[in-house]
Amino acid sequence: MTIPVDPQATERESLPRRDPRLEQQARNRLHPQHLIALQALGRGAAAPQERWMGPKGVTRRDPHVGHFIAANGRKRIDRSGRSGPAAAGAGQPAVVAKARVLPLVEIASPAFLIAVVPDMTGGRLSSHDRDVLGLARQIADADPAHQGAVLAITFGTLREDGDAADSVGLGAAGADRWLHFADTLHDGYAPLAQLAELEAIDGKLAPRLWLLPESRTGGGERGRRLGARLLCRGDALARPSGNAYQLDGELAAIGRGELVEVSVTGRSGNGQQDLTRPLTRIVLCEAECAEPVEDVRHAALPLEWEAASTARAVPDVIEDLGPVAVDPSAIALGEAEFILSAGNGIRDWDGFHRAASLLGATEGASRVAVDDGFMPRARQVGATGTWVTARVYVAVGISGAIQHLQGIQRCDKVVAINTDGGCDMVKRADLSVIGDAGAILASLCQQLEAERSAVSDASAAGQAPAAPSTSSSASSATLAADAA
Amino acid sequence: MKADRSSVAQQASAPLEVVSLVSLGQHPVSGRLRRAEQDARALELCLALERQSAPGAVSLSAWHASGSEIALGSEQDQALRGYLGMGLESLTLVTPNAPGAAPLKAVDQPVVDVWPLLVTRLKQAAPQLVVCGGQGETGEGSGLLPHLLAESLGWPLVEGIVAIESCDGAHLTALQALPRGQRRRLRVKLPALVSVDSAAPAARQSAFAQARRGELSTLASGELVHDAQAETFGVAPARKRPKRLKRIKATSARDRFKAAAAKAEGGGGKRLEGVSAEEGAAEILKLLREEGVLR
Ligand SMILES: Cc1cc2nc3c(=O)[nH]c(=O)nc-3n(C[C@H](O)[C@H](O)[C@H](O)COP(=O)(O)OP(=O)(O)OC[C@H]3O[C@@H](n4cnc5c(N)ncnc54)[C@H](O)[C@@H]3O)c2cc1C
Repeated sequence: MTIPVDPQATERESLPRRDPRLEQQARNRLHPQHLIALQALGRGAAAPQERWMGPKGVTRRDPHVGHFIAANGRKRIDRSGRSGPAAAGAGQPAVVAKARVLPLVEIASPAFLIAVVPDMTGGRLSSHDRDVLGLARQIADADPAHQGAVLAITFGTLREDGDAADSVGLGAAGADRWLHFADTLHDGYAPLAQLAELEAIDGKLAPRLWLLPESRTGGGERGRRLGARLLCRGDALARPSGNAYQLDGELAAIGRGELVEVSVTGRSGNGQQDLTRPLTRIVLCEAECAEPVEDVRHAALPLEWEAASTARAVPDVIEDLGPVAVDPSAIALGEAEFILSAGNGIRDWDGFHRAASLLGATEGASRVAVDDGFMPRARQVGATGTWVTARVYVAVGISGAIQHLQGIQRCDKVVAINTDGGCDMVKRADLSVIGDAGAILASLCQQLEAERSAVSDASAAGQAPAAPSTSSSASSATLAADAA
Repeated sequence: MKADRSSVAQQASAPLEVVSLVSLGQHPVSGRLRRAEQDARALELCLALERQSAPGAVSLSAWHASGSEIALGSEQDQALRGYLGMGLESLTLVTPNAPGAAPLKAVDQPVVDVWPLLVTRLKQAAPQLVVCGGQGETGEGSGLLPHLLAESLGWPLVEGIVAIESCDGAHLTALQALPRGQRRRLRVKLPALVSVDSAAPAARQSAFAQARRGELSTLASGELVHDAQAETFGVAPARKRPKRLKRIKATSARDRFKAAAAKAEGGGGKRLEGVSAEEGAAEILKLLREEGVLR
């Protein structure tokens, strides 16, 4: 006696129901109804699934499908994640699925604004900036019924870091609105012009709160300048809360404008005491004051701002005469920005020192180079030497032992010059050139010298390059698109 | 950083009036009062300016603003004499007109706002240059005082100065410390405020005999103002902040294992193999230029 199999039976029912008989037939490959049962269960016989969701929510996998024949001739389940539903092509290794598209959050009509002025050191968001934006996000999202928006204000030339929709990654860091002053004036030291802009923003957009990173790279100074200006204008709430690292109380109160409901804790100037005070309108936040935004992307809509002339109207009582050449060897290794580091692969030490001085890089070394007496101990990079924080680290003839790699964990860009393309330093590097270190350094010096002599010839001929701070368009701060 | 000694002002007629603002510091370990680290550096900067200019071209005075008078031999007195020991004949105490007046409210720790006193005094004395430390070591240490002075006097303020290169009657050329050991040259219109942080050259030692010899003179100016906000602050010994944990967001056991056991992984780095040394060098130069580390 056979029970007719209705393929639509399972779909008609709203509740998922199991049919044990059908499942048994689907499991038994020798059953005469096997193929029909497979189809009824939605698993085509043509391409048997490797994994599926079992009835209890546990992933099941078919060992007959996702396997390969190992070296000893036996079937092995492939656990590398290279096959299966995630990897589309069977043949190619699956390194493709990298560009994660984060869900976009748009806040059309915010109830209030939280202003953040990230430092954008070197034109990029620092991790400190991200933490501050994360804190701003927490405050803006504290009350879903009274949704706020985060306004990021940036100055100067920025670097393209993100994708087309979010060019500097401010959206992914949590900014809903974005005000950018692109004037190259801000690349130098223009505290008064920036203060004028910030004050104008405070007057016009009236953000509930100003959050700035408490840093020596701009945030601390901007916040204090703004605070002093607003205090002297009679706004007692504008007194900056420095070195702040914690907000206590109901964050939703900030959105309603009841700042006293929240207290802020920060270190005193000497770092020995914690001061707790009612929240003020300007908070200078320490690093790690909050978790950075993850997994979502905010719109970072450019705001239209017509007060671009404010900056120019400020009297130029502080004039930036530009950076001064500093002897790179006088900079402590731990805080050097650009390090040229030598390892056991260096033969021509004079060439290395020449390259370092021509590049204007601080010299570093691996332990072997130090042990062999070519470099002083104070120049050793790594676990037993100095943990460096350079933005650019060039490793010449260094194999990348783990003790060395530990020391360069916090470097942004690593360049490796090595004869061995398989060494660990090359794996770590953002750019690696496989070749002889001596020849590459010599060529580097040669190219630099050729360029510099060309430039000095040109300037000798009377074509001194114009100072960058004087050539900028006045209206560059006006941004095209309008924010809701 | 090489100071151009020859170009420092030589106006025999009117000396450059320089005021160094000094405060009470506190030793981070013992908690005893001492000269403040940054203020001492500020004074050192002034002394260096005095030394590098012609004799008589700079007239330097040091001021300490205080809500009350300071008794001879008290801990405050000892601490302030640390500045005198750096080679000063006298130090001016700027106090309110009625220093002994009762506090406005009965609070445990009355906090006196000293910046109004200094503003009044600076308006009277009208020096060309005021040099101070960036952040105080006692009390709130908000680092706001130089900004408030600059804002109420309408003077420019520059932070983080490490050397004064030259100073004529109208402008000041100074080097400003940037992070990572970099320096920037600034030209500031006088009168101006300059603040100094720990990047500036270390202060000289304080000589004991000079500290004893020097004189603290009191000068009353302005009204006593209480910082009512700061009096309400809750003060507690600094709590150690927890380190942020490295959070691993892995969706599968394999990812978790990899995150725990990972060492150097082949990132998406660019790799140049089999190119000539010239091409390799050109590519490196290109990256260095993009990063802006090449000058
Ligand atoms: C407890 C302990 C602590 C340590 N702490 C540190 C530390 O703090 N810092 C540190 O650096 N090390 C440290 N080490 C040592 C570390 O393990 C390695 O031995 C060391 O880093 C290797 O240095 P290297 O890369 O210069 O030399 P090698 O490993 O010899 O590598 C030389 C590299 O140069 C390349 N090369 C050779 N010739 C050329 C050429 N002509 N052109 C280009 N490339 C060439 C080679 O391919 C090779 O990759 C420590 C070791 C221990 C045990």
